[in-house]
Amino acid sequence: MSNLTATSPALLGSKATSSAAGTSADQRLYGPGRTVEPVAVTGSQSIIRSLEELGVTDVFGIPGGAILPTYDPLMDSEQINHILVRHEQGGGHAAQGYAMVTGQVGVCFATSGPGATNLVTPLADAHMDSVPMVAITGQVNASVIGTDAFQEADIVGISTPITKHSYLVTDADQIPRVMAEAFHLASSGRPGPVLVDITKSAQAAQTTFSWPPKIELNGYRPVTRGHSKQIREAAKLIQGASRPVFYIGGGMIKAEASAEFHALAETVGAPVVNTLMARGAFPDSHQQNLGMPGMHGTVSAVAALQRSDLLITLGARFDDRVTGQLESFAPDAKVIHADIDPAEISKNRAADVPIVGSLKEIVPELTTAFDALVAKHGRTDLTAWWKQLNHFRKTYPLGYTAPEDGQIAPQQVIEKINQAAGPEAVYVAGVGQHQMWSSQFVKYERPRQWLNSGGLGTMGYAVPAAMGAQVGNPDRVVWAIDGDGCFQMTNQELATCAINKIPIKVAIINNSSLGMVRQWQTLFYESRYSNTHLNTSQTAAGGEVVRIPDFLKLAEAYGCAGLRCDKPEDIDAVIAEAMSINDRPVVVDFVVSRDSMVWPMVPAGVSNSDIQFAHNLTPEWDEEE
Amino acid sequence: MATTDIASAAQPRTLSVLVEDVPGVLTKVSGLFARRAFNIHSLAVGPSELPGLSRITIVVHADSVLLEQITKQLNKLINVIKIIELAPENSVQREHLLIKVKADSPTRLQVTQAVELFRAKIVDVSVDSLTVEATGAPDKLNALLDVLEPFGVREIVRSGTLGISRGAKSMTDRALR
Repeated sequence: MSNLTATSPALLGSKATSSAAGTSADQRLYGPGRTVEPVAVTGSQSIIRSLEELGVTDVFGIPGGAILPTYDPLMDSEQINHILVRHEQGGGHAAQGYAMVTGQVGVCFATSGPGATNLVTPLADAHMDSVPMVAITGQVNASVIGTDAFQEADIVGISTPITKHSYLVTDADQIPRVMAEAFHLASSGRPGPVLVDITKSAQAAQTTFSWPPKIELNGYRPVTRGHSKQIREAAKLIQGASRPVFYIGGGMIKAEASAEFHALAETVGAPVVNTLMARGAFPDSHQQNLGMPGMHGTVSAVAALQRSDLLITLGARFDDRVTGQLESFAPDAKVIHADIDPAEISKNRAADVPIVGSLKEIVPELTTAFDALVAKHGRTDLTAWWKQLNHFRKTYPLGYTAPEDGQIAPQQVIEKINQAAGPEAVYVAGVGQHQMWSSQFVKYERPRQWLNSGGLGTMGYAVPAAMGAQVGNPDRVVWAIDGDGCFQMTNQELATCAINKIPIKVAIINNSSLGMVRQWQTLFYESRYSNTHLNTSQTAAGGEVVRIPDFLKLAEAYGCAGLRCDKPEDIDAVIAEAMSINDRPVVVDFVVSRDSMVWPMVPAGVSNSDIQFAHNLTPEWDEEE
Repeated sequence: MATTDIASAAQPRTLSVLVEDVPGVLTKVSGLFARRAFNIHSLAVGPSELPGLSRITIVVHADSVLLEQITKQLNKLINVIKIIELAPENSVQREHLLIKVKADSPTRLQVTQAVELFRAKIVDVSVDSLTVEATGAPDKLNALLDVLEPFGVREIVRSGTLGISRGAKSMTDRALR
């Protein structure tokens, strides 16, 4: 680092910008940047030509009446590989998975009406988790809009609160500009989903296509460069803090700033906690990493936030799952908050030093500013702080006990999958207990290794998102770690995977129930299990085997390899077998105990300081004295 | 602090918002207020001095923390070009009021006097009612309503607040290059 500190911040900043190829916020046009002279085409040809010029190679979708014209020239495109999904929600999540592993804009197609409304969940999901995505939907002919025509739905109206922006295109001449704007909006600033609804009449109309179009976004100027005075203020706070902690969120991954952050973290030497969306942004194997904070975070990560005197918040948004009861969150901490979205700053927690901009530019400048201060004033000793935190880390590590019913511990399955597939694989989870265990027991060493539905909490995300991830990363092993509840919401995409040779691996953590809801019923509803039994491996009463559906048969019906594991001693062999199958998708039904619970846990609405590392056991906060 | 009791410090604040005049822009602005549970008091929309741009004047009940969040969220809308807050001391704010009030022969004179006192105008007359038009700051219009109320108010039509900053500067001076 020392030779870098001699460089001026400005130079560092511009370097950082130029290395962020492809998705850099100040690059006005996505794609290879070719010039195309005007040529007469139809609106639908204009859509496909625009996508080609934007560099799109993969699209997930399903045709229908109102988007039919566009599917015709799509057939002739040599560049665009269209993957026919089985449900629009699957197409949307696949586009998300694709975007999350590649950093590129994910693209999906749907027809009007129900096709478009089936995209609502993926759009909302992408909006919450800032996933760059463009959804193109067909709309009924412009002349019948508003007449309740067949398959008409006001998808622009429906999607407005859950997209970064949305367009209704009725004039074919607007198509190239709108497409270019949509990609720019989706990928720059705080990324997010953009919906482009194009009438069938515009698709069918004659128009001219030329490239590049002129983008007209006068109301959109994301700030990427952090204010240098604010950065110096932040460095001053960091230099003076005796209990600082880096609280990093998904923005770190979106900004591609992990390498820069690694340098900052090591320069400062403070502990790092990474949120559910930031798993992998900083390696788990790094000594400074305390793991995930929040409702199911590690005791040491939660303690670090609660006892800190300075939160160095980078690309995180003080979500309620992280803060617990807001009033008692990190009560003694000052807050530095850097984010590309100014609206996140001081939304939930007031920031003492707000910095708006891209982490790609801010983080290295922070390193430089901190180094300069240390050279002048020395550094604050963090030994006592680390002693405290290391005590918590050692006393309350993540762990689990063997289930009393003798069945497989779900955590063990996940741990072993990770041991077999390693950090180069991609891990995709649904939502619930298996998601939390996947965050806790997989070691994340690189950005884009971990995909999940963090903000919206969409059950059913895993299988289609894994499909998209596999298309985006064809050379990596992709494991969907799913629950038996989640899996039943979107597993029709196994057909898409089998037919298109997308060899994802699915581990169903099958506890025969909606596990997280069941856990809450155990803890907060006197074990009254209202409507959480799924009968996918045992009956409600337990013991007796019932499998509706039989996941092994279901896998085979979909052209996938189906495996089952119901004994702890077989886990390794079954995972090895799953790892050896690469010519088709694999579904492994891991029959696990339904009594395993996710620990630690901060019950909803209470202070983080009341975290329980096991049922009714809270840490002895002061025993280190 | 985010923990401030928002309701206790909330007061009417006026925002002047310059937006692109495209279909759906009003839905996007009003939808944002609904979704984020921002309390909208009044809203007025019309063309601005620049072609293709409209101005929305919004009055919200908010303390400064909430107002900052509202402004930031509005700024995230792609069609929003610029937002300024119109502080009462530095701006002119007006509402327009049309009111149909009962006025038969015994009360007609009193109503007419009240209207003159407020420098309002009578714009329609019938046998037992008068329609009054008034423009003014919200407080003044409220006072007029209080005075007319005893005579019997049949209908009130009231615009949202319109506002403009005092002095020579225009909010569009630097908005578009």
